[in-house]
Amino acid sequence: MSATKQYELVYIVVPEATEQQLTELHELVTGIASRFGGTIDRTEAWGRRRLAYAIGRHKEGIYVLEVISGGGDLVKELDRRLKVSDLVIRHLIVRVDEDLRIAARAKAQRQATSARRRVARGLPPEPTPEERMRASAALADDRDEAEAY
Amino acid sequence: MSEMNRSKPAGKPGERGQRRPSGGGGGFRRRRVCKFRSEKIDYIDYKDVRLLMQFVPERGKIQPRRLSGTSAKYQRKLQLALKRARELALIPYATD
Repeated sequence: MSATKQYELVYIVVPEATEQQLTELHELVTGIASRFGGTIDRTEAWGRRRLAYAIGRHKEGIYVLEVISGGGDLVKELDRRLKVSDLVIRHLIVRVDEDLRIAARAKAQRQATSARRRVARGLPPEPTPEERMRASAALADDRDEAEAY
Repeated sequence: MSEMNRSKPAGKPGERGQRRPSGGGGGFRRRRVCKFRSEKIDYIDYKDVRLLMQFVPERGKIQPRRLSGTSAKYQRKLQLALKRARELALIPYATD
């Protein structure tokens, strides 16, 4: 079996779709996932949203996000099935595990560096809640300035 | 503090000789720090519309890093996130 990777699938369903049809779509995704030995890690229904531009005759859509672990053949099948579906007006599948791993590593590295430097300066390794507050206040100031123009 | 205001009326904006050494010539100055570095955002999520819209001016084009101050590394990531968001109709394509 191919290596397990994590993917995010977002699909946009026609706004007229009923609850029933939405659950059926979700079951379709789960069905494909389990058939190819994958799992659904998380499902988020964003609900009805205005589209930034019209897709066909639609101006609105129902967004659903599914986080899926599995192999490449699973994605291939999902892509095929969603493409054929009349209910789904748009879908996007992206691989996320590598990027998230890189981001987590960068975060861990930054925290390690900051802890090392803080200890070298004779401070506790973690910033105190008070320092955190000040840092976020400074960022908020920055944002105000950015919005000023 | 980082926002420098011109005290005397500016000449023709964009004239080469008028440019200040800080590189903020032409009209008004924009912030020159990378938002993702300063706010420690490691992963630019294509689903985060609020964040992404800050880099999409009215017309729908992706703001160049010369204006936003984003570092090259994060501009590349931002670009990918914006294009994904466009595909999902979360943010608009450029319009005339």
